[in-house]
Amino acid sequence: MEDTIAAIATAYGEGGIGIIRLSGEEVKNILDRIFVPKQSQYKESIVNKRLYYGHIIDPSCGKVIDEVLAVYMKAPATYTTEDVVEIYCHGSIVALRKTLSLALRNGARLADKGEFTKRAFLNGRLDLSQAEAVIDIVKAKTDKTFDVALSQMEGALSEQVKKIRQELMSLLVEITVNLDYPDEDIEIMTYQKLTESTTLIGDMIDKLLSTAGAGRILRDGLNVAIIGKPNVGKSSLMNALLKEARAIVTEIPGTTRDTIEEVISIRDIPVKLTDTAGIRETEDQIERIGIEKSKESFNRSDLIIFIVDGSSPLTKEDRRIMAKLDSRKVIILMNKTDLGLQVEEAEIKITLPHGKLIKASIKNNEGIEALEQEITDMVYGGEVKQEESLLVTNVRHMELLEKARIAIGDALIMAENSEALDFIEVDIRRSWELLGEIIGESVTEDIIEQVFARFCLGK
Amino acid sequence: MNYFILDEYDVIVIGAGHAGCEAGLAAARMGHRTLMLSINLEAVAMMACNPSIGGTGKGHLVREIDALGGEMGINIDKAFIQSKMLNTAKGPAVHSLRAQADKARYHEEMKKTLENQENLDLKQGEAVDLLIDDDGVKGVILKTGAAYRSKAVILATGTFLRGKIFIGEWSYDSGPNGLSASVELAENLKRYGLLMRRFKTGTPARALGRTLNYERMVEQPGDEKIIPFSFMNDELQKDQVSCWLTYTNENTHKVIRDNFSRSALFGGQIEGIGPRYCPSIEDKVNRFADKERHQLFIEPEGLYTDEVYIQGMSSSLPEDVQGAFYRTIAGLENLKIVRPAYAIEYDSIDPLELSMTLEHRKIDNLYCAGQFNGSSGYEEAAAQGLIAGINAARKLDGREPFLLDRSEAYIGVLIDDLVTKGTNEPYRIMTSRAEYRLVLRQDNADLRLTEKSYHAGLASEERYRRFVRTRAAVEQEMKRLENTVILPSEIRGFLEKHGSTTLQNKISLAELLKRPEMNYEILAEIDLHRPKLSQHAITQMEVQIKYQGYIVKQLQQIERFKKLENRRLSSEFDYNQVDGLRIEARQKLNQLKPISVGQASRISGVSPADINVLLIHLEKQKRR
Repeated sequence: MEDTIAAIATAYGEGGIGIIRLSGEEVKNILDRIFVPKQSQYKESIVNKRLYYGHIIDPSCGKVIDEVLAVYMKAPATYTTEDVVEIYCHGSIVALRKTLSLALRNGARLADKGEFTKRAFLNGRLDLSQAEAVIDIVKAKTDKTFDVALSQMEGALSEQVKKIRQELMSLLVEITVNLDYPDEDIEIMTYQKLTESTTLIGDMIDKLLSTAGAGRILRDGLNVAIIGKPNVGKSSLMNALLKEARAIVTEIPGTTRDTIEEVISIRDIPVKLTDTAGIRETEDQIERIGIEKSKESFNRSDLIIFIVDGSSPLTKEDRRIMAKLDSRKVIILMNKTDLGLQVEEAEIKITLPHGKLIKASIKNNEGIEALEQEITDMVYGGEVKQEESLLVTNVRHMELLEKARIAIGDALIMAENSEALDFIEVDIRRSWELLGEIIGESVTEDIIEQVFARFCLGK
Repeated sequence: MNYFILDEYDVIVIGAGHAGCEAGLAAARMGHRTLMLSINLEAVAMMACNPSIGGTGKGHLVREIDALGGEMGINIDKAFIQSKMLNTAKGPAVHSLRAQADKARYHEEMKKTLENQENLDLKQGEAVDLLIDDDGVKGVILKTGAAYRSKAVILATGTFLRGKIFIGEWSYDSGPNGLSASVELAENLKRYGLLMRRFKTGTPARALGRTLNYERMVEQPGDEKIIPFSFMNDELQKDQVSCWLTYTNENTHKVIRDNFSRSALFGGQIEGIGPRYCPSIEDKVNRFADKERHQLFIEPEGLYTDEVYIQGMSSSLPEDVQGAFYRTIAGLENLKIVRPAYAIEYDSIDPLELSMTLEHRKIDNLYCAGQFNGSSGYEEAAAQGLIAGINAARKLDGREPFLLDRSEAYIGVLIDDLVTKGTNEPYRIMTSRAEYRLVLRQDNADLRLTEKSYHAGLASEERYRRFVRTRAAVEQEMKRLENTVILPSEIRGFLEKHGSTTLQNKISLAELLKRPEMNYEILAEIDLHRPKLSQHAITQMEVQIKYQGYIVKQLQQIERFKKLENRRLSSEFDYNQVDGLRIEARQKLNQLKPISVGQASRISGVSPADINVLLIHLEKQKRR
């Protein structure tokens, strides 16, 4: 067994519980040193796979660090196949860090990034694709993402990839027969057939890839910037979405001096919401810092919610913001419609033709639901239905899919130019192999097997 | 066993078929006293099945054998009676040369070459046992009691080993073509712990040509322009003979179906595994019941015989049924069978027991080649014979093994497949088995292999000099084409005439050649001062220029492939000490002892995860 490693297993700054995980032969000794179970008066040794309630206590001074639950899991039926301990602390980062450093002082060393999974992988518990999915599970931020990671492990992605590979295989088999059995009485591979098949396969990969964007969002969260002139209702919207008052809301322009970032869940999609300070020219130094920051968050956002005052005509400032929005993905929220609709809707539509307009009155909680729906629709691209949980969430898989797409695209171009069959085959086979890497299959013998199953060949 | 020592050799080759001939010649040409044994000297280089050499993939092998200094290419150039380049419309990587041979001539020419070869003795005799001690193989004992000592032995027994022929309900012990089987040797090899198994193959009937009606068939002539197999021949002129195409019909299938029960294949008498790519006609009719007709080719067996080979119609049905179904076919109505079709079962070994040099892993200095290793086909056999011969010679000289990997040659693909993946049926090469096909072309086999073989000690001085000349000519001409620049005005008329887009700017001849509608011959019109080049050099240069982009791409893939291939693993390495390797992977790796991480990754039962574990382990060892 390797040396004992420890790390905070949950993401920073999230949730009510944080987990410290330890793996290696020393875990039980470490636990004995730093954890005192409530039932300690019975002096029984900690039992495999039983959850204990107790306290983390610094053995050097006897000071209580946190009130926790802890479990010891004996090798090999554990995540890493080594002895594992997990300590469930209160979510505060201070308590977590203290507990971790205590474990480190008592015989563990800090785990490298992904080292638990690497151990699981090296100890033969996970294959490469599972290991990657587990890394995603670890990082999963909401229940939704968790489902995606799980279904990937169970092979939902494999299913789709296999379907595409079947098409590729079928095409490869026909090409192979043409190349290797020129004398045989078989259907000649035409460029028309090649063009049709490669187009179809390209479309299939595209469809799978289109879920990749959504997959990334489910893992990393959707970056949404709320933007608009001062006092138009940005903070109010933020609060409405958070459903609790966080940002300061006043009638005086410029009170939001910093960008406020919140991670919330809109219909199971993790959303990183940024309330920007009013983008406007100002002399105030402190406010300027806020403005610089808001420009930054504006630049890295996936989606922008642009709030205008629906009850009055567009101002110079509104128009300046609109000009900056250009081709960005944007939802225009026309706020304060309870005070009447005065804003030039037509002008907004012309300036931001791809933008989506929503009439709202944040104060009266009107239009919020429409906004949430719109965000959800955008994430799923209108093509991915909510119940279809298959999504490409892994960067490596996405990369392979993209490469496979390029290869089949090259084959299509060559087929259209009537280039030599054996060169076209190389790209089709490449595409097939790349997809095979996602699911860990790339065996040439498969093709040959199919050749003889489907065609009557030989002397 | 009672025997007397008659003589001593460096290398003894058992069998003088296509594998044995290359093995014997290679060992002798590399300076070793070599003895070749054959049950019957009439069986030297015998083409026991189809009368052709080459074809898809196989043509590549012959080119490679030739580039390495083997004999098959030269021999078929002497003995062919028809030549054809296949797949010319499907891209240069799958162009495949195939020649119909005069079988008797093929045998005679090869026998003459063996007889004239310095260091080589050819003898008729049946090997029945090996001289073996703890250090490995030490010689061969013949049926006559005569024994020969040797430092190495190459087994190339083809279908002779415990051969058994099946024709319908009848079967009997026999080698191919009425020659006797080799039974005692099979038993002794088993005794020495070689893992023997049964494979099967079959051959169609030979008919008398004058009993056929060729007017009812479609003529299949050879190519007008003959391209030689051997790089040693620039041009060949010969009168060619034709093959003929005809088809089976519903009547044929009915006769066959009605007699399924009489086939040795379905009767269950045959235990050996036959090749899928070479099914008998009853197999075809059974498995592809909805196919209305199957094609067959009538191929002449030679110029001085009227026997013809019925390609596509091998069978193990009884003779009466054979006659009946052959005669339902257009043109074959009055056919007389000269030799009946038969299936033959024989002993072969599991090639997983071999190393990449084709030396047996359990018995030192025992090499194995050809059908004995589970392959099928003359070309596959010859390729292995050559590699076994070269490596036996090099080992006796105390030199490094001679290895070809999958990116260097079809021979590399063939051997790697056999010894790494093994095979469950007689193995046939196919272009689709080669990952780096665009580079492993038949036109550049000399470029890939001749220099390497020359330095290994096989390719002759003459062959090497010839190759160097060609290589220089190709390079020079490519440079010249790149540097010869033409102005748009000079060639407007020429381009219009050939339906090629006219130019705005000047262009090099090389760039012009890359256009799909252009070739080197057409360019002659505007390229008046070109040097005289051999056809071979022209093809090589043309392909290299026209397909440069693809070739470069493939060369990059090869570079990646080589990374794992070059991470060598010691044969002493104990995989049990690698933590994290799955048990199956440990067993397989310990069993096969791959020479590189690359080879390890191709072993079935070794997963990519295992390879990562192995890499991490090697990394850890390195860091220590």
